[in-house]
Amino acid sequence: MLSLLLSRLATAIPSIIGVVIVTFMLTHLLPGDPAAYFAGLAASPQAIAEVRAKLGLDKSLPEQFIVYVHDLFTGNLGNSLSTGQSVVHEIATRLPASAELTLTALILAVAIAIPLGVLAAVKQGTWIDHLCRVVTTAGVSLPVFFTGLLLAYIFYYLLQVAPAPTGRLDAFLSPPTDITGFYVIDSILTGNLETLWGSLRQLALPAISMAIFSLAPLARMTRGSMLAILGSDFIRTARASGLAPRTVIFSYAFRNAVLPVITTLGMVFSFLLGANVLIETVFAWPGIGLYAVNALLTSDYAPVQGFVLIMAVLYIALNLTIDFVYGLVDPRVRLD
Amino acid sequence: MLPLLRHTRYVLSENPVTGLAFGLFALFVLAALLGPAVAPYSPLQTDAASALKPPSAAHWFGTDQLGRDIFSRVLIATRLDLSIAFASVVLAFALGALSGVAAGYFGGWTDIVVGRLADTIMAFPLFVLAMGIVAALGNEVINIVIATGVINFPLYARVARAEANVRRDSGFVEAARLSGNGEARVLLGHILPNIMPIMMVQMSLTMGYAILNAAGLSFIGLGVRPPAPEWGIMVAEGANFIQSGEWWIALFPGATLMMAVFCFNLLGDGLRDIIDPRQRT
Repeated sequence: MLSLLLSRLATAIPSIIGVVIVTFMLTHLLPGDPAAYFAGLAASPQAIAEVRAKLGLDKSLPEQFIVYVHDLFTGNLGNSLSTGQSVVHEIATRLPASAELTLTALILAVAIAIPLGVLAAVKQGTWIDHLCRVVTTAGVSLPVFFTGLLLAYIFYYLLQVAPAPTGRLDAFLSPPTDITGFYVIDSILTGNLETLWGSLRQLALPAISMAIFSLAPLARMTRGSMLAILGSDFIRTARASGLAPRTVIFSYAFRNAVLPVITTLGMVFSFLLGANVLIETVFAWPGIGLYAVNALLTSDYAPVQGFVLIMAVLYIALNLTIDFVYGLVDPRVRLD
Repeated sequence: MLPLLRHTRYVLSENPVTGLAFGLFALFVLAALLGPAVAPYSPLQTDAASALKPPSAAHWFGTDQLGRDIFSRVLIATRLDLSIAFASVVLAFALGALSGVAAGYFGGWTDIVVGRLADTIMAFPLFVLAMGIVAALGNEVINIVIATGVINFPLYARVARAEANVRRDSGFVEAARLSGNGEARVLLGHILPNIMPIMMVQMSLTMGYAILNAAGLSFIGLGVRPPAPEWGIMVAEGANFIQSGEWWIALFPGATLMMAVFCFNLLGDGLRDIIDPRQRT
């Protein structure tokens, strides 16, 4: 168990190094003058020179890289120009909002995609199989920001069942006591039902938009791997031995078929973290994606670089977790 | 050639959706070529008197907040959106196919370097990396092309590497080598053409994603700048009016964008069925 964990951790190290080098390059090696970028559009030449000295841009590249890595280890990603706050602090306060949205979307996507994929494989060629095909093809074709807008128009403007698509909570409600930073969990913990209902209502449309976008690869993979397993010899044997169809499908087939689905989760997270930026923009969701977009629009580059780095590290951590879970679920992986 | 045609006809008759995708594709290409010539209005002509009008006989898709004709703008945007996507796919192909084929053929250090590069790019959530690249390179259309090309590069490199690796000791490669061709010639003149069909499928499959990615970047304000007509920007502009019920401003460009992505995804699946029947789902 421990060795599995360690070996998985070791595989992440090259990725982390690569990510740090790429983000360094994005800041330092590119055409144009990073000092001018960081100083802002209206900076005087003197201000730019000051910023250059302050950022250490007058040193050689290898020296700059060492400073950059040192800053990373001490948790320093620079300061935001528009707010003057440290980027790490700003991102840390906004991260729970993004995490709550992304995880809700993931849970929704898994809860819809896996039963749909299994049913489509078991009842191959029936209406549910066709439904699965339509959902998977349409799902990846829908621009996620467009789905979000469409849902907001239908459920907020036309049907008036959803709240205004702005933010995590209605302006009349106060946020719950900060425990985990997840409004849904915090309001359950503090027993605040009104806030719970309010935050769930705000969460619904953005989470559904993201789920629609990300469930396609999951459903497609579930269907494909279930079909492959259902056609194999040991399933035929299990059926011939007179096992109940339910036992064959769930205990025999599904447990094997779920393995490639877990691997697909990596790609799904890549989709979700990208879609997160767009959906936060559409729904004015106060997470790190919206923060990065606003920083981009005001040419405030330190937050953008910090955002890219933190998203990449998060993504590596998620992939690591997926790898580890895969090892736990599939005993064969542990042997090598 | 004849068997391929027969097989193509079979695939098309088997799956009419692929035929539909080809038709749609032709329509988009036509719109990209002729758009500016046949558009009823100028895409930049503002007209305060007819601002925010819903679809009508005069303005099929309605007008936006400045009174510009949305149908003309959507039509004319086709060329820009498809060009960005196409250019980025070509870039990803050029980078990925060449380095991938070299990695698969030579192995060793080339393989390690290319593989490491691809892994590093794949370690980022792709859209986020694209944002970072455009932010760093500057807010220009060409940088959207570069960013989208770079994030798609690993897909091409991996496919090309695997396919070249399988072929590097096959008969026709040995024959080419024995008849005195240099390594570069074997690689570019014999292996690369051999894996082209598979790369074409890959191009078609990534085209849809490239369109989505480029539109997403312009949606958050990167790359293409207003008032240039582009689907992502038009949806972003329409987003401000959704809450007050002016749905047509965002809906038509958004729906067109969706159709374009849908068309390329179906086309990719169809091409794969035609070229590589083993992969059929």
